[in-house]
Amino acid sequence: MKILVAVKRVIDYNVQIRVKEDGSGVVTDNVKMSTNPPDDNAIEEAVKIKEAGKATEIVAITIGEEKAQETVRKALAVGADRGIHVKVDSVIEPLAVSKILKKIVEKENPDLVFMGKQAIDDDCNQTGQMLAALLNWPQATFASKIEVKDNSLEVTREIDEGLETIEVNVPAIVTCDLRLNEPRYASLPNIMKAKKKPIEQINASDLGIDINPRIEQIKVEEPPKRKAGIKVASVEELVQKLKNEAKVI
Amino acid sequence: MSVLLIAEHNNKEVKPFTFNAITAASQINDDLHVLVLGYEAEDVVKSLSEVPNIKKVIHVDDEIYKNYIAENYTSAIVKHAENYSHIVSSANTFGKNLMPRIAALLDTSQVSDIIKVISEDTFLRPIYAGNAFATVKSNDKKKCVTIRPTSFDPSEKSGGSAEIIKSDPADASASTKFLKKEEVKSDRPELGTARIVISGGRGMQNGENFKLISDIADKLNAAIGASRAAVDAGYITNDHQVGQTGKVVVPDLYIAVGISGAIQHLAGMKESKIIVAINKDGEAPIFSVADYGLEADLFDALPKFLSELNKLNTIQK
Repeated sequence: MKILVAVKRVIDYNVQIRVKEDGSGVVTDNVKMSTNPPDDNAIEEAVKIKEAGKATEIVAITIGEEKAQETVRKALAVGADRGIHVKVDSVIEPLAVSKILKKIVEKENPDLVFMGKQAIDDDCNQTGQMLAALLNWPQATFASKIEVKDNSLEVTREIDEGLETIEVNVPAIVTCDLRLNEPRYASLPNIMKAKKKPIEQINASDLGIDINPRIEQIKVEEPPKRKAGIKVASVEELVQKLKNEAKVI
Repeated sequence: MSVLLIAEHNNKEVKPFTFNAITAASQINDDLHVLVLGYEAEDVVKSLSEVPNIKKVIHVDDEIYKNYIAENYTSAIVKHAENYSHIVSSANTFGKNLMPRIAALLDTSQVSDIIKVISEDTFLRPIYAGNAFATVKSNDKKKCVTIRPTSFDPSEKSGGSAEIIKSDPADASASTKFLKKEEVKSDRPELGTARIVISGGRGMQNGENFKLISDIADKLNAAIGASRAAVDAGYITNDHQVGQTGKVVVPDLYIAVGISGAIQHLAGMKESKIIVAINKDGEAPIFSVADYGLEADLFDALPKFLSELNKLNTIQK
């Protein structure tokens, strides 16, 4: 089985987001970037499946500017075999991302495509489902457990009510939840080895797809701030405030 | 210009967030139709036909809609999409799983998780875990939109009499099979719609200690939430998780116990009307969003909190 894993470079999850004064977006200059957290889970799961002898090759792919390659390099350092970097210079929407991924899938013919369930920058939660639709493949979203069967996957999904288990035939798309596994750290020797693994570069403009945005971002602003609260000295005072001041109990 | 809302239900009852989505959908355009894909879901169809905001209920009945399979839902919805300018659903795990699959087939760039309808094509939505709000305008002819349910009040539920239309099922997918659902049954209010939520974090130390939380939840008729750390550690099941990748809650009162307040958690609760933080670390970021902060060991504070609540003559329900 061959697994394609899509990873995205985003502002690191620990960074305090600042909105640009001109309302055009958020500050990204000199801000720490890293792989979108659930994409790390997607890579980890693929590597585990390969280690269990159920996958033969893992290809990591990213779409983005030159530096987005760092995310593929990191995937190579934890066990992906080779990388693909599709270069785009501007921010593109999940629909365009899924169209690019579809082209790559048609070329690479993977049996499975894994990715994180949502990117923590735009919080869209769309790409995996869109790719599944475009390929007419089954989708298993928000996966917290994956069992590889002969020609299918049994996937436990995290849903509002609890857990749901579905079986999807291969080829399939899986979007990964943070609870799917514990992503490993790359060891120094593996980081060195990863530098020798190949990353193929493709220009998105050569794929013959319209990736122009359909959604105009009119402005980005800071959310309304909460007014500062107070510290209470005791449980008695807390209950009294909730009862008589806030009137919520 | 009509709006098609996809109803979420369990074949017997309409799921509560559908009513919040109805409110938002009717703000986009008041010619609102609802699509019910279900199996023997007549009760669902009937209750939706009584919602005053709804003009028409389209009912598709087939066993392939007994369990919610996005692939099966999508082919039916795409079949009906032609007559509509907007396809809408709630942005919970139901709509998040479903809507992008529809949008891609309609070649539409989806607008996810809106918190305000500005006009028929312009919406407000949070990005970066709610640390920024983006105003976005969709230039697609047909728009696919998911709605953050807690940002809209539920619609009225009775007084209307929408027309009910039967329609034929579409193709079923042979590649996806429903196996089972593990639903956590509880007599407590639902987390997403509860008036009071009390949540525990890593500070709870283990699952047994969540009894301190559930005792108070029982007293206040509150729902129980948790931080991702508490769920990851196995103290409590995933359906309780509040945050960027869990549920978003906007109760009148949110009590965060032993939760430090990572931005990913704040994303799920900082719009609550009143926030209480109980944490022994006075520097914890949760205090920056709390209306009332109590710097204390939760193992002392929670039993005292319960006994103080017991002293009150009345508690609002």
